[in-house]
Amino acid sequence: MASSVISVRGIEIEILECGGGRPLLFLHPGIGIEPDAPALAKLAAHYHVLAPVHPGFGRSEVPRSFDTVDDLAYFYLDLLDQLALSNVIIVGVSLGGWIAAEIAVKSTARLSHLVLANAVGIKVGDREHRDIVDIFAITEDEFLKLAYHDPAVGKRDYKGMPDADVKAVARNREATARYGWSPYMHDPKLKGRLHRIRIPTLLLWGMSDGVLTEAYGRAYCAAIPGARFEPIANAGHFPYVERPDQFADSIFKFVGSK
Amino acid sequence: MKVYQFTEQPYPDAWNDHQGSLRVNLPNRKCDPHIAAELFHRYYDEWLLADELGYDIMLNEHHQTATCMSATVIVGLSVLARQTSRARLLVLGYPIGHRQDPLRVAEELATIDVISRGRLDMGFIKGVPYEFAASNQNPVGVMDRFWEAHDFILKAMSSHDAPFNWESEHFHYRQVNIWPRPWQQPYPPIWSTTGSKGNARVLGERGYVMATLGTGYNTRTLYDAYREGYMAKGRPAPPADRFAYLGLVAVAENDREARERGERVASYLRSGSIVHLPFRNPPGYLSIEDNARLLRGETPPRSYTKDRRVIDMRSASVQELIDAGILFCGTPDTVYDQLVEFCEYCGGMGNLLMMGHAGPMTHADTVENLTLFAKEVMPRLKEYKQPVAAAA
Repeated sequence: MASSVISVRGIEIEILECGGGRPLLFLHPGIGIEPDAPALAKLAAHYHVLAPVHPGFGRSEVPRSFDTVDDLAYFYLDLLDQLALSNVIIVGVSLGGWIAAEIAVKSTARLSHLVLANAVGIKVGDREHRDIVDIFAITEDEFLKLAYHDPAVGKRDYKGMPDADVKAVARNREATARYGWSPYMHDPKLKGRLHRIRIPTLLLWGMSDGVLTEAYGRAYCAAIPGARFEPIANAGHFPYVERPDQFADSIFKFVGSK
Repeated sequence: MKVYQFTEQPYPDAWNDHQGSLRVNLPNRKCDPHIAAELFHRYYDEWLLADELGYDIMLNEHHQTATCMSATVIVGLSVLARQTSRARLLVLGYPIGHRQDPLRVAEELATIDVISRGRLDMGFIKGVPYEFAASNQNPVGVMDRFWEAHDFILKAMSSHDAPFNWESEHFHYRQVNIWPRPWQQPYPPIWSTTGSKGNARVLGERGYVMATLGTGYNTRTLYDAYREGYMAKGRPAPPADRFAYLGLVAVAENDREARERGERVASYLRSGSIVHLPFRNPPGYLSIEDNARLLRGETPPRSYTKDRRVIDMRSASVQELIDAGILFCGTPDTVYDQLVEFCEYCGGMGNLLMMGHAGPMTHADTVENLTLFAKEVMPRLKEYKQPVAAAA
């Protein structure tokens, strides 16, 4: 994974890149993206993988005015324009899935396929029930138990980590709140706009996810015309981390068949 | 020196039955409204006594907590604006970054200022970390929102000739024209709190009164940062009345009784941080650098004794709290000496925010503490000539 800095309308962000072939834009979840994520290497066998680090996350800049996922969606539409990419496969996980959905309801002109994995972003339940666990009201250990099939996979040793990486972790947490604090991890308008997505869409769902329910994923799927739901067993909220092979293979099959 | 009597208006009956969290998620079933009523009336009575004894008065607010029943400071200010006659009424503070509607803030505070005939001191604060879960305000960017609310409130209070328009990042209004306008011109004095040098400098540049809490014998660095900001604007060294310090006070006729009272006052510090862990540090509340240190398990010490021993004020003994200048405790002579020594160390500190009641203190206990201090210590503090230190 080669890391470089790209400036989009004056905002400098980090972007990871590898592989070749048709472009695949990978939008990371709130925990950020690790350059050595096996799923990215797998996908790079068939695609030109571009994995930007969202504004405010990792080492990417963020303008003061950015405070909604809408801002990120327009930012990435600008990025696609700037790179003049077409036939893009867009893959988003959790928060990244929300961003991907917000992009797709605005314009699919440069997109060919949409893959949402354990995506947040819509409101499904009634007003007195949160669809999404309040990750800011639980401890890190509680989060790991809910978010991973095997919590040990998500455990990090901050004491042994380079200083810049620990700061990136702190920035990831802050940026997640910047975009998702309230309304909590969703855009009340998004569900009613998902009908606009007219490209092939796949919902990949880590079935051990304790942050979101399977019913939430199925409701998301039902709101997008023609979307298909595909469970991934023994994976939690971040299936590309816990089941990278199955995650990549599902995308190969989905894209290859269209 | 001015002395402001302060209590958090606690509900101590719940303090021994909380399962690890006195704030945010402690079920309000544990609050008996009849007991709450008795407590409120008692606290107001004690403030009326403070008014008679020559104190000024400080009120605050917190949310969803048994440590402080004052969930909207406007209620307490309203009662006291009408019922007291001479004390200044300091709100420290009003968490304006959390408020949905700063126009309402300007209207409320202007009205309090008018009813009290110009006795309001207007403290604007960021709010403690636990408030964000309750207000649902995004902790990321809260200070941007704070400063926009601040700018708007001051403009609303000082614009008198025609309605004005406000269309900005956080707030949108048309036809702003508050009635009544404030008694004090152009607006009541502004106060704030801080624990950081960067913010202290900003407050110095603006010349607002700056208060700190629990900083003890580490206060001077914050005051000096304030002085730098104050003097950078071409002014001479700031007078002592620009500085305020929240000190716990337990005074009694003899040392033994004072220390017993000191234990009861210190219950404020011991209860204040009992809160479910994730609510203690919402994202964006602290800087990235501070959060990185916390992730590594490093917690910077905040309180020092005069001889530079680090203490944790949440668990410190009465003696350690005295050594750290957090609790002023003893006979009237001792307490006077402790306060003067602290003011000299600070280079001037003109506003003692005196926590003269906390936790399980009874009415009689509180009355005795307030009365003895007012009779034996306050007159000497009024006479005391403060130093005026310049920036380091």
